[in-house]
Amino acid sequence: MTKPVLSVRDLTTSFRPDIYSPWTPVVRNIGFDVAAGETLAIVGESGSGKSVTSLSVMRLLPPRGSRIEGEIRLAGRDLLALPEQEMRKVRGGDIAMIFQEPMTSLNPMMTVGEQIAEAIRGHLSIGSAEARQETIRLFEKVRLPNAKERYDVYPHKLSGGQRQRVMIAMALATRPKLLIADEPTTALDVTIQGQILDLVKELQEETGMAVLFITHDMGVVAEVADRTLVMLRGDVVEDGPTAEIFGNGRHPYTRALLAAVPRLGSMAGRALPSTFGLIDTATGSRGAEREAAPPVADKPAVLEVKNLTTRFAVRSGLFSKVTGAVHAVENVSFSLQPGETLSLVGESGCGKSTTGRTILRLTKPFSGTVLVNGQEVGATDREALKSARRAVQMVFQDPFASLNPRIPIGASIAEPFLEQKLGGKAEARDKTAALMHRVGLLPTMMSRLPHEFSGGQRQRICIARALMLDPKVIIADEAVSALDVSIKAQVCNLLMELQESLGLAYLFISHDMAVVERVSHRVAVMYLGEIVEIGPRSAVFEAPQHSYTKKLMAAVPVPDPSRRRMRRNTEVEEIKSPFRIPGFVPPKSVYKEVSKDHFVQVRC
Amino acid sequence: MIIYILRRLGATLIVMGLVGLMVFVLLHLAPGDPAAVIAGDNATPEQIAQLRQMLGLDDPLPVQFLRWMGDVVQGDLGVSIYSNEPVAQLIMQRMEATVSLAIATLAFAVPIAIAFGVIAAHRAGTTVDRILMLFSVMGFSLPAFVLGYMLSWLFAIEWKLLPVQGFTPISEGIWPWARNLILPSVTLGMTYTALIARITRTSMLEVLSEDFIRTARAKGVAVPRILVKHALRNAGVPIATVIGIGIALLIGGVVVTETVFNIPGVGRLVVDAIARRDYPVIQGVILVFSGIYVFVNLATDLSYTLIDPRIRY
Amino acid sequence: MTNAAQLAPPVRAGIPRFLRRHPTMIAGGTVLAAIALAALLAPFFAGDPATMMPSERLQSPSARYWLGTDHLGRDVFARVVHGARVSLAVGIVVAVSSIAIGVVIGMIAGYFRKADPVIMRVMDALMAIPAILLAIALVAVMRASVGVVMLAIVIPEIPRVVRLVRSVVLSVREAPYVEAAQVGGTRLPVILVRHILPSTVPPLIVQATYICASAIIVESTLSFLGAGVPPETPTWGSMIAQSRMYLPRAPWTVFAPGFALALVVLSVNMLGDGLRDLLDPRMSRRM
Repeated sequence: MTKPVLSVRDLTTSFRPDIYSPWTPVVRNIGFDVAAGETLAIVGESGSGKSVTSLSVMRLLPPRGSRIEGEIRLAGRDLLALPEQEMRKVRGGDIAMIFQEPMTSLNPMMTVGEQIAEAIRGHLSIGSAEARQETIRLFEKVRLPNAKERYDVYPHKLSGGQRQRVMIAMALATRPKLLIADEPTTALDVTIQGQILDLVKELQEETGMAVLFITHDMGVVAEVADRTLVMLRGDVVEDGPTAEIFGNGRHPYTRALLAAVPRLGSMAGRALPSTFGLIDTATGSRGAEREAAPPVADKPAVLEVKNLTTRFAVRSGLFSKVTGAVHAVENVSFSLQPGETLSLVGESGCGKSTTGRTILRLTKPFSGTVLVNGQEVGATDREALKSARRAVQMVFQDPFASLNPRIPIGASIAEPFLEQKLGGKAEARDKTAALMHRVGLLPTMMSRLPHEFSGGQRQRICIARALMLDPKVIIADEAVSALDVSIKAQVCNLLMELQESLGLAYLFISHDMAVVERVSHRVAVMYLGEIVEIGPRSAVFEAPQHSYTKKLMAAVPVPDPSRRRMRRNTEVEEIKSPFRIPGFVPPKSVYKEVSKDHFVQVRC
Repeated sequence: MIIYILRRLGATLIVMGLVGLMVFVLLHLAPGDPAAVIAGDNATPEQIAQLRQMLGLDDPLPVQFLRWMGDVVQGDLGVSIYSNEPVAQLIMQRMEATVSLAIATLAFAVPIAIAFGVIAAHRAGTTVDRILMLFSVMGFSLPAFVLGYMLSWLFAIEWKLLPVQGFTPISEGIWPWARNLILPSVTLGMTYTALIARITRTSMLEVLSEDFIRTARAKGVAVPRILVKHALRNAGVPIATVIGIGIALLIGGVVVTETVFNIPGVGRLVVDAIARRDYPVIQGVILVFSGIYVFVNLATDLSYTLIDPRIRY
Repeated sequence: MTNAAQLAPPVRAGIPRFLRRHPTMIAGGTVLAAIALAALLAPFFAGDPATMMPSERLQSPSARYWLGTDHLGRDVFARVVHGARVSLAVGIVVAVSSIAIGVVIGMIAGYFRKADPVIMRVMDALMAIPAILLAIALVAVMRASVGVVMLAIVIPEIPRVVRLVRSVVLSVREAPYVEAAQVGGTRLPVILVRHILPSTVPPLIVQATYICASAIIVESTLSFLGAGVPPETPTWGSMIAQSRMYLPRAPWTVFAPGFALALVVLSVNMLGDGLRDLLDPRMSRRM
């Protein structure tokens, strides 16, 4: 093997909140090499220390609150021994970095061209005209459309995908030996994610740089990494060639992590949803997958949505005239049977969350009807709304923000029951305890405050609160999206168990196609506020009809290293905006039934 | 953009109308007969009745208010009870001293405050930061008249470096004009400097923790350039806001500082007017100062577009 | 995640560590407590602030008169200690009442969209009138008494509280836990009191200290300008105003009340800064 570009030995990074506290190591004695042209992925869940590792290599951690020990060599040179002045030349010169959040990683007050020219001129002595030329060349290289005009554009005019292209152009500006990519696609929509991964791969082949790829997403790892390093709470638990890690990981944690990752296509040939077969990280034994029950077909629908339309007016001008509207939800109809899971999938801005919020009237609809147990939820009838909100409950995305931080969790769970006057305090207490037990929490934890719980536990608390009113339907708005892989699988399993024992129906709103494939009976694909395809999960996933559905499926990274050389088409496409001028009449469309219960939108 | 300015102007006029209403109501809050108050303690009932008629106090209140506002809009702020001169003219005569003081204060306070704030934020948690912030909290805690007497005792009485008090118009030379302004503007600017330094520090600290600062560091940009080019401009909007809102502090401070240093400005005018219960003058000065405040803040709002390219009205 | 760090009980780490980490707050609090105690007990140890000894005018500080005497031969120390009573009373009453009024108006403005523009325009107008001038005018019109002075200081402080409360309410009302309560059928008053009001408490405690400091300054300024509490009550502002002619001859007559004033305000501000770091690290930018 050739001499590595980056060589890390015995790296230990510690933090302390102030000078009175002892140092707490967050990364312990880790070591790895990355060679030219090679991609090493560091994978782990939150708190594993993977990002701290990359920031340690760059020496970007706050100097007063952190301590880096060990050895970090870049082409033989010890970075930890360099004075800050020299290190500054290494940053952006020999090592470049791209970050998770393209929306916030560019300076909003400087044009994107200036920011790249700054990177170039900081390391090479060239004039501003030349730097401008070079910047435009880089824009073309990362396939930013209209490269010339883009130089003078401010970041807020660009989409997330375009900004990440700018970040990549910036990283490439000085032909670095090593590129550190810290979760570069996590904040992006799945179709954009594919484009960015392909671009990084392609540029690496062209320049021969080494890539250190930090991610939590096993699908992404399988797609990009030659070798993989698995981290758990600051330690390396396993490293090796990616295929080997995926094929026969030795450490139980690695296998547990992989088992918890939903794989698109793993449900092929099965009609019903199925729980995850989870691996115990201590023993390594694998739990069984269990198939869910079919929905109840012979009862009336618990939730019916007819021609629901939600628009947000956009006002401007002297007298705040309406100059247009965001057509967030457009003519959406579906129904939900008891015991059924219908998933709404789509990318950001497609209107899936607004649909859920409109059903519960957290957002006012523009038109359309919502029937809960056959009864209409209208604007005027407060009692109807109240009873609808008893039958339909919601679980939100962010488990940290959906619990009042000042109220003990037991009181939070009991609140809807007491507020709707369904019983006395003693009854509420008993029911709270029973539900906590049911969602896998100890009832003795009732008096604790939310900050004492982990993200997964908080989401369980939110589920318990939603169950307090004995609802028929739960709207799960990206309810597992913010959770770590293994926790995500556990919470999905819990939801499926509750569905079976309580006969719940779920409206499962998610952007994660692989999770949706696991948990759904039926799937509706949304695009620009409309349902473009709806049908049984097996039909939609195995025989997608609409072109958008097909594109969405193709973009999902598959956690299978043997498929990594597959390339998507390299088109640069953006998600369109649902903004429309006043008087816009949405084009008429009809739904064509392609197979039993499988409908596809056709424009007429 | 023009539409936005028009809208803001509209809102500003509404606010000024409300200010006028409040000031008007204030005067009519006075217990008893305003005419009796205005006429003074030694007036005869006939004199008071005459004054009532002259001031239109027999008309219904809304009529009085509208008439008064109509006059104000035309630049007529009434007549001083004490000197019988038009209030607008009295204010104009006193403006030079007040404006000189305000400009001298702004000229040194804003740059120093921003420099202190940037340095403190860059060195947050260190001794430098602690000293600057202690200085700032002390600046906050020293009332202008206490600081003013301390400075004038030290620099004028003990060391005899600068004049104790008074004002020299700029027409008599730059140095005599400036000499008289040094102590008053330091006095007036202290709280203002402290306020802006604090907001600069907090706002810089917030910006320095942003992702794009990490990006700039990751591409090897030098520290001074990160502070000025990347961070300070991003911290600009809250700083501009406080510079604008802080004008209120300056206006309040002008009243005190002019009294301490015996400067014949608008502040002194109003303090003297209070002693003489010269209501038209009090009313006029409040209206003028409020107007200045409102328009300075309108200008600050509009300056956001120069600072931040994302703000486009 | 920041929530967790923010809400972790700070005192649990142990008292000595707490003292070490918040030195300014402890210093401010201690000085303030001492001054408050002195003000409370003033009649018992400080001597009479009103007794005039014409034979002992403008005496410099000595063992008999710790802080000297003024131009009427009054004991400056006695007057400074008694002056603390007015300052502290005004500071506390103004802080409490402007917050009480501001919270109600701010909650209404923040939660009820229709009332919001009207309330905020009125607040803008109140903010536009320079606080000192408004207070001066009010006192001038209504005749001076401690109550009127307090009212005159409270009114200009209200808009600041309203804006703070409103901004907290606006950011909290969109929080998922408030939406979750709505979805669970919790009634509006309960949402306001149980879920929204508590979020305003930490920034309001901090704001209260700043209002207290600013009220003490405004009160002394009013007294200094001759528009404050009746002149027979000793206040720091009026002491300075009466003694300023004698600054060259007897600087202590000006500096004793001046330093007392600065010390109290500094202590309150330091207490406030400490509370801000402790209760709400991110609020510093709202000031």
